[in-house]
Amino acid sequence: MSEVPRLDTVAVAQNSPDTPQPYAELGMAKDEYERVREILGRRPTSAELAIYSVMWSEHCSYKSSKVHLRQFGEKAPHSDALLVGMGENAGVVDVGDGRAVTFKIESHNHPSYVEPHQGAATGVGGIVRDILTMGARPVAVMDALRFGPADADDTKRVLPGVVSGISFYGNCLGLPNIGGEIGFGTGYLGNPLVNALCVGVMKHEDIKLAQAPGPGNKVVLFGSTTGPDGIGGASVLASATFDDESHAKRPSVQVGDPFMEKLLIECSLELFAKDLVVGIQDLGAAGVSCATTELAAGGTGGMDIRLDRVPLRDPRLTPEEILMSESQERMMAIVEPAKMDEFLAICEKWQILATEIGEVTDVTPEEAERGGRLVMTWHGETVVDMPPRTASDEGPVYERPYARPESQDALQADDAADLPRPATDAELRGQLLRVLGAPGVGDPTWVTQQYDSYVRGDTVVSNPHDAGMIRIADDSHRGVALSTDGNGRYTRLDPYAGTQLAYAEAYRNVAATGARPLAVTNCLNFGSPEDPGVMWQFAESTRGLADACKALGTPVTGGNVSFYNQTGDVAINPTPVIGVLGVIDDVRTRLKTAFSEEGARVFLLGETRPEFGGSAWADTVHGHLGGLPPRVDLTAEAALGEVLAEAAESGLAAAAHDLSDGGLGVALAESALRGGTGVRVTVSADVFTALFSESGARAIVAVAPGGEEGLVALAARHGVPVEQIGTVGGDALVVSHGGGAVEVPLAELREAYESALPTLLGDL
Amino acid sequence: MTARVGVVTFPGSLDDKDAARAVALAGAEPVSLWHGDADLRGVDAVVLPGGFSYGDYLRCGAIASFAPLMSELVPAARSGALPVLGICNGFQILCESHLLPGALTRNSSLRFVNREQRLRVETTATAWTRDYTEGQEILVVLKSGEGSYVADEATLDALEAQNRVVVRYLDSDPNGSRRGIAGITNEHGNVVGLMPHPEHAVEALTGPSTEGLGFFTSILARLGDKTPAGV
Repeated sequence: MSEVPRLDTVAVAQNSPDTPQPYAELGMAKDEYERVREILGRRPTSAELAIYSVMWSEHCSYKSSKVHLRQFGEKAPHSDALLVGMGENAGVVDVGDGRAVTFKIESHNHPSYVEPHQGAATGVGGIVRDILTMGARPVAVMDALRFGPADADDTKRVLPGVVSGISFYGNCLGLPNIGGEIGFGTGYLGNPLVNALCVGVMKHEDIKLAQAPGPGNKVVLFGSTTGPDGIGGASVLASATFDDESHAKRPSVQVGDPFMEKLLIECSLELFAKDLVVGIQDLGAAGVSCATTELAAGGTGGMDIRLDRVPLRDPRLTPEEILMSESQERMMAIVEPAKMDEFLAICEKWQILATEIGEVTDVTPEEAERGGRLVMTWHGETVVDMPPRTASDEGPVYERPYARPESQDALQADDAADLPRPATDAELRGQLLRVLGAPGVGDPTWVTQQYDSYVRGDTVVSNPHDAGMIRIADDSHRGVALSTDGNGRYTRLDPYAGTQLAYAEAYRNVAATGARPLAVTNCLNFGSPEDPGVMWQFAESTRGLADACKALGTPVTGGNVSFYNQTGDVAINPTPVIGVLGVIDDVRTRLKTAFSEEGARVFLLGETRPEFGGSAWADTVHGHLGGLPPRVDLTAEAALGEVLAEAAESGLAAAAHDLSDGGLGVALAESALRGGTGVRVTVSADVFTALFSESGARAIVAVAPGGEEGLVALAARHGVPVEQIGTVGGDALVVSHGGGAVEVPLAELREAYESALPTLLGDL
Repeated sequence: MTARVGVVTFPGSLDDKDAARAVALAGAEPVSLWHGDADLRGVDAVVLPGGFSYGDYLRCGAIASFAPLMSELVPAARSGALPVLGICNGFQILCESHLLPGALTRNSSLRFVNREQRLRVETTATAWTRDYTEGQEILVVLKSGEGSYVADEATLDALEAQNRVVVRYLDSDPNGSRRGIAGITNEHGNVVGLMPHPEHAVEALTGPSTEGLGFFTSILARLGDKTPAGV
């Protein structure tokens, strides 16, 4: 075997076709490597191999998920609101008044297990840059988190670290954290989920796209310097090329600097406002590789880059490492030559380093046919000469085999309805308090108290209410509401229905604030796509979401897939996290969950069936997961949503709270505690079912005396079952039923609800 | 003529927009001031807003205290002529600039805390609290990671003796501040620094109350009657 020369140029590659290359160590399959050789007509240089290996990775190419994700486009309901659909950094929806909103959720699961604080922090940083890249000002964040059992030792390492990372990064950016969710389960012990969502606001004309038009335009890298952090596979290349052990051990988790990101946001927004960029891309996964190939592919197809001009924080970095580095807080812009001086002056004002590293070139028709031409040099020698579109858009696509696992039948047959139920009111009372204090149900304040929810002064609703809501402009009362939801237990029992239930819950949460749902994002967290059982879960889940979005007229605007969430061979419960965005014309009419008006009438909207599969009750009281999740009724969800929106607009409702985890008992307790007032209700049917069933399409609403008839008429108009169940008042939750009553003083409810996390993680 | 109140933006300032909104809601004209300009633009008073100026590198507020703008601000504030309100990071900057005694250190919980916070207004003899009544209890927002006020015993005794504790925390101790001190003033009463955020309690829609507005209306009253330094 001949020794590889120090710099693997295109000329060297042409003359050494048989040099062994570490494609397998970089995660590439042999046939993928062969395809690269076919595209190039020679072996790739190590720099080209670096680009293809990261761009064709599962994370960047969606090669296992693409065939399923297509449904989101194919089944997409017609929506006039969609300004930019899937495929860009984030989708953009029209919210009226000439304003648009862009939002997206993305996972940072594996880094958050390895190094919880930085892993979670850079997860926030990455999604915020995606939103910024669309031309929007980021205005709020939220996060969906899953951890191992709350009492497990490693959870005490991972949870506080993740929360402090989100707190550190988000708070320093000045972005209010307006909501999210937290859940626990054994499968997440070695594989927590950290899904971060960001929402941004812009005017229609401000939308920016990842493209590089105009030959002669300059390619500018701005923001942080490039370092060796976040390089995964590149060290393989480095050691294979240089045999330098000092290069081999490098942090593969990126390190975040939110101060730099804050400056980058303000700098970029000023550059956009002064119309100084024609194309923009953030540097996230796959760093310079991704930004150059995607920008070139979205433009003329041609680009010349001088890699040696990339400012480094470690001068020893090789071309391959520069291409693969995931150093944070970097952006790439395409700038017209005449505007370069002004561009650089604004970067100087914000103390942001900006470096011209290349320019957009013209391509011949033949080159365009091949996928464009991206050339990169290193001190005058050509190390990359490839068609960029083959890396960015024409990666491998797999039709992974999938099959319903045989164990699924037994799981579904193990019906939660057969579990022992509380026999007495005392048992019922005890179980209500246990469910209320379960870590995934109880008060999340230990977590949310570490997040700034007030900054920017536009937060109208935030934790712990059903959804977050922000005002989007100083000159109007318009706002957007957002909720993320996902229930791994439901999805495990039935991936199709479970995903629709997650969507329905997010939809309902948004509706419960008085907003009308408009668009959807998703973060699909699953195990290994190479496991046919997991792939079946994924296929069912995506089919379920696409069908649900079609049924309720809310297009999917973008999202993220995270595979390989497993410990050894054991996959997590499939956990699609669905984000729904809604619009409210006047934020002053928004509803919160607190029942604070003494004497208000309490109504239950929707139909309650004996449904306990995957419920918080089965999980908390019996540690049981089996049976079927609650039935999905999307028509009922839409009707309920309309009732809630109209009840808010008309001022009929004083408060509303959706029913989900834990059912009616938990919802009543939460509304009572948040309002600081008791609630007395009477349930007619079986009290156990009434309190613990998790049937969908339900909500409780408080109505001031005199509004009863109005609400009943409104519900009837939309065909939503409605029942007046009680009154706000007193200092206890009292549930009367045919055979007796359960009474819990507010203080006791509060103790159960609020002590869940502090007991495990330390005092607030 | 409406009072002009400057709001300084340092790199990493976050609540500057909020402070400007509060100034406007109080009826004054907010004037944006840039850290890099040694120019106060003739404003009648200045707010140093919350945030993480210069990323809080070195120590919170330490680098900001050397900003070009501060070279103009510090002498004017020290003489008693220029009213200055420092909120959160602004309070830290005032301490680092030695316009106020003591320092802000890490919360005793070692965690960031964001919550609604009740305060008692201990003195109305400052440029920024004259619209309150002494002993008035107000509900605002506290959100900080390094909000534990510390000073040596002699300094604390002097602050108390000179009636320079402006606001004190009520209810449970949020961060370990000595003697529950949430905010203090200088000997002229023109410079006030506090950790909690009155600018987040100026609109019923977005804040826990509107009881923070008094800080901003107070300055209008002071400027309106042209009271000389010393209140």
